[in-house]
Amino acid sequence: MPSDVVVRDLSRRFDGVAALDGVSLDVRAGELFGLIGPDGAGKTTLFRILTTLLLPDEGSAEVLGLDVVADMWELRRRIGYMPGHFSLYTDLSVEENLSFFASVFGTTIAAQYDRIAPIYRQIEPFADRRAGALSGGMKQKLGLSCALVHEPDILVLDEPTTGVDAVSRREFWDMLQALRDGGLTIVVSTPYMDEADRCDRVALIDDGRILRIDTAAAFGPEYGRPLLAVRGSDRYGMLLALRRLPDAESVYPFGAALHYTDRRADADPGALAPQVAGALAAAGFADAEVEAIDPGIEDVFMSLMGGTP
Amino acid sequence: MNAGATGLPTVPEGGEPAIRSRDLTRRFGDFTAVDAVTFEVGVGEVFGFLGANGAGKTTAIRMLTGLLAPTSGEATVAGHDVSAEPEAVKRSIGYMSQRFSLYEDMTPRENIELYGGIYGLPSPVIRDRGARLLERLGLESAAGKRVGSLPLGWKQKLAFSVALLHEPGIVFLDEPTGGVDPITRRQFWEMIYETAADGTTVFVTTHYMDEAEYCDRLSIMVAGRIVALGTPTELRREHGAPSIEDVFVRLARQDASPPAAS
Repeated sequence: MPSDVVVRDLSRRFDGVAALDGVSLDVRAGELFGLIGPDGAGKTTLFRILTTLLLPDEGSAEVLGLDVVADMWELRRRIGYMPGHFSLYTDLSVEENLSFFASVFGTTIAAQYDRIAPIYRQIEPFADRRAGALSGGMKQKLGLSCALVHEPDILVLDEPTTGVDAVSRREFWDMLQALRDGGLTIVVSTPYMDEADRCDRVALIDDGRILRIDTAAAFGPEYGRPLLAVRGSDRYGMLLALRRLPDAESVYPFGAALHYTDRRADADPGALAPQVAGALAAAGFADAEVEAIDPGIEDVFMSLMGGTP
Repeated sequence: MNAGATGLPTVPEGGEPAIRSRDLTRRFGDFTAVDAVTFEVGVGEVFGFLGANGAGKTTAIRMLTGLLAPTSGEATVAGHDVSAEPEAVKRSIGYMSQRFSLYEDMTPRENIELYGGIYGLPSPVIRDRGARLLERLGLESAAGKRVGSLPLGWKQKLAFSVALLHEPGIVFLDEPTGGVDPITRRQFWEMIYETAADGTTVFVTTHYMDEAEYCDRLSIMVAGRIVALGTPTELRREHGAPSIEDVFVRLARQDASPPAAS
């Protein structure tokens, strides 16, 4: 399968601090590719280089077979980019914004209507409203419409779901998957680990480096140590008690449960669970329930970050 | 009564709640942003205040922090009426948001001095608490650097500590963990647990649904009204849902379309 994005040993520093440090990755044609990492990991720097808005210090990047430095003018016509911060004209209406972006690329809303309709129709009833007066979810839809209006061959979206509620996030991912099903290559960044499931493949990024690239389902089996989920009423008390166990590697709150990682890599998780439950019961946590679980992407990310509190 | 995430009772026996809201309402012209909201938050409770974008959370928080007068209804925060005594409310609470917390061009120490001064703390107290705060966060080496140059996780922990500098009975945290890495996010929640264990009431908003599970109790706002209120366990059970995220999505979609089968 051909690659729409080819990044090799890309580095970029700001004031001597490495924002990107030797990043390499490939995005296949037609893929929905996620770049997942916290603020400051380097996601925006990478996207600004891919969209020709920033020059790399070292390394190379090609998008749609075009070099991001040498072929930047041609590339700009073919990329759809939605920056992380809402960057439309807040004093222009919904329709004026879309019309402006269409005209910049020499087209019109009418000519592109069928392409953008699945998304634009949801905000069309508010066509006369100032963009600044839209809700968060509607701003996203307008941003996406504007990024699509010139028929791009690849879509680059920088944290489109940050600060957006869980319902709007789901709807936005539904829209992205529909676009991908239509054949569009999409590269999207997010700080939300749980969105990895929505991507064909994801790259985990932290501190300017790629930690791992794989499908969301493939991350868990690489964890390599027994992982237990612990539930009970006094969660904070159990958290402190679990950390005192001699073979505890890490203990973290995880939604309704605690995730306990044991440092004995070869131990059978199924056999470990009753031992840990027994230790908690002996420490006075009578309602503690312990079960062996499969690690998820967030467990893997934290383990790759090297945090062992 | 279930014990909450911190192991403390979720509703205090007798005594004044930290927050009491009765039919709290705010209209902007014809639009009712907050519609007769009634709830109580107990002393030392970690209370999650959830809602979709535009549900009215921010308007409600602005009323509870004395920044916006209610159209009708009433609320008491730390024993002060938000309409009659907004200044007393502001002095009794701490506030931290992701958008505005610290002055980026100032050092941590300067921010501590500024906020301590604003809350009228005497200089020796500011120095003493400031030093302890920096030590607890392991930030002594960064005390003289610009806040803007610090990693986001440090900034947020520092902002939280600064919001507690005047030892308020209640602290409001508005999306405190947005964008930080998963380890720092959990360290931040441990700070919240410690704070609540000391008896400080924590009122927190978040878009991370796994964090909603960490609260003693939580409310979910849809279109200006509170449509769910209880412990995470109660809410999951009531709605027959495996997680708070599922509860949230079902409720928030209710007014637009029937809930998706899942």
